[in-house]
Amino acid sequence: MTTGRAFRPTAGRPDDGSAAAAHGDADSDAHSDAVISVERLTRVFRRRGDTDLAAVDAMTFSVGRGEAVGYIGANGAGKSTTIKMLTGILAPTSGTARTCGLDPMRGRRELARRIGVVFGQRSQLWWDLPLGESFDILAAIHRLEPRRAATRVGQLIELLDLGPTLAQPVRSLSLGQRMRAEVAAALLHEPELIILDEPTIGLDVLSKARLREFLIAQRREHGTTLLLTTHDMGDIERLCDRVLVVDHGRLAFDGTLSGLAGTVGAQRVLIVDLDRPTDALHGIPHTRWLGAEGEGVRQRLAFDAADTTAAAVLAAVAERATLRDLSIEEPDIEDVVRRIYSAPPGGITG
Amino acid sequence: MANREGSWAAYRTILRSRVRAQAGYRVSFATDLFATLFAGLAELTEVYVIFHNTPRLGGLDFTAALLVFALANLTFAAADLLVGHCDRLPTYIREGKLDVFYLRPLSLLGQLMTSEVSLRRLGRISVAVVVLAIALIRGGVQPTAATIGMLALAITFGTAIMAALFVAVAGLQFWLLDGREFANVFTYGGAYAAQQSSLVFPDPVRIFFTFVVPAAFTAYLPTLVILGLPGGDAASPSMAWWLPVAAAWVWGVALLAWGRGVRHYQGAGG
Repeated sequence: MTTGRAFRPTAGRPDDGSAAAAHGDADSDAHSDAVISVERLTRVFRRRGDTDLAAVDAMTFSVGRGEAVGYIGANGAGKSTTIKMLTGILAPTSGTARTCGLDPMRGRRELARRIGVVFGQRSQLWWDLPLGESFDILAAIHRLEPRRAATRVGQLIELLDLGPTLAQPVRSLSLGQRMRAEVAAALLHEPELIILDEPTIGLDVLSKARLREFLIAQRREHGTTLLLTTHDMGDIERLCDRVLVVDHGRLAFDGTLSGLAGTVGAQRVLIVDLDRPTDALHGIPHTRWLGAEGEGVRQRLAFDAADTTAAAVLAAVAERATLRDLSIEEPDIEDVVRRIYSAPPGGITG
Repeated sequence: MANREGSWAAYRTILRSRVRAQAGYRVSFATDLFATLFAGLAELTEVYVIFHNTPRLGGLDFTAALLVFALANLTFAAADLLVGHCDRLPTYIREGKLDVFYLRPLSLLGQLMTSEVSLRRLGRISVAVVVLAIALIRGGVQPTAATIGMLALAITFGTAIMAALFVAVAGLQFWLLDGREFANVFTYGGAYAAQQSSLVFPDPVRIFFTFVVPAAFTAYLPTLVILGLPGGDAASPSMAWWLPVAAAWVWGVALLAWGRGVRHYQGAGG
């Protein structure tokens, strides 16, 4: 359940040996290897007739080359504001942000050649043109050499299964098709950093799975760095090996997902439908029996991803009953995040 | 230089795609084209009605008024075709389209200006071109260096002046997100002022539309040169040759407004 961890050394945490990289100071080697380096980054919005709002408040973190980082938090926690400062859309009120070694405001155009951004809610495609033409225009904008552009578009079309939609106007694409097209558009120029803001919002299970597989493969093959905001725990589990939790503009957690879930006790729940009424499935290793319906035809088991896997739990269940169907409830990110804040101050690290 | 050429190539590709997109909706395009043609003819009728009742107005006879009408409409419609969508900036901001511009390696203003071409304005432009030809023939204008040169200056720099008004207004709209009506004062107001003889205005208005928003430079002053008319207070024919300076002035102000607007949007002060 922690796909992707093998790709990178666990570096850049404030609590491990490479603290300098995390804080982006002094050590120039660490600095140059950081794709994102943020130091005491602050953004205050003035509100007329109200107190000022610090959407991002003295945030410090860095993301090393090749890392995949989930950036999570409740709505309004400061995620989008951070991303806007990382991409040169917004100016910091104080503190510094460097993306790909560049000042995002001054080096915006150079930066735009080196990063790819997918905003789930806003499109970078031309809605009134066939999808294929959007790719042609973006290739011209990024000044890709025609042969290289054709090869790259061909790859992306194949990997993201966009072939049948190329001749369709963008406005007529389904949400899943459009999101895959958005990802292709953001990756056309082979950026070294991909920032995805809610990439799977509104997608069905199959579309989500496809998109995640694609991103995992991109990372494996090109060593692309990934920064992802999402409300979907599945995205984080499949794609990220590090989680940053932001709340009220402050960094509340920096570490692994299992560390996060383990610390706050968020568990996954396996729901099994059995072929006949069965006794309560007590005593399955590393699980807690939550309850049963229909005289034990449907049973619910909670487990911690740090202790066991869904596969192991299923195997143990299968020894005792015949399975007909199953589903897994993921811990809800909002819930995990809420628990962090109710934990004692300073008590949580990765 | 290579950098700039690369950008031009990108803008050309974007513009070509905009033209194709409009060609894809033939009925809607034809309707729009007819609408702007009709609007142009309606305004022409207004000029005709006025001069049917009075032989001269603000020192212009009917022929001169036609020439002013033609140049004002031609330059405004050409600017509108090229950059008129700049006043849609608040919509772009709301829809997040502006943020997408930030993520591309091109200038923001360049992307805004090339984000659309309103080919339907060709309707109004064609009315203006026909009226221009009629006015030149009626006025018995001889093709001298002065008349041809002034006509060329008026069309190119007049369009530049009108385009600058749209850009200036886009800059202002970073502050006035619902300020389209206010913004229209400068663009459509400027265009309306350009259609009149400067002499019909009281002094402060005439000075405003000559030296602040140099609308008089797009049509009235060139008409004085082309038809050999004397003009009047703060409106002498020789001023028309300063058209490039007027265009540079208004573009300077426009770029300043745009730059300040962008800084305001990014929250970088200003």
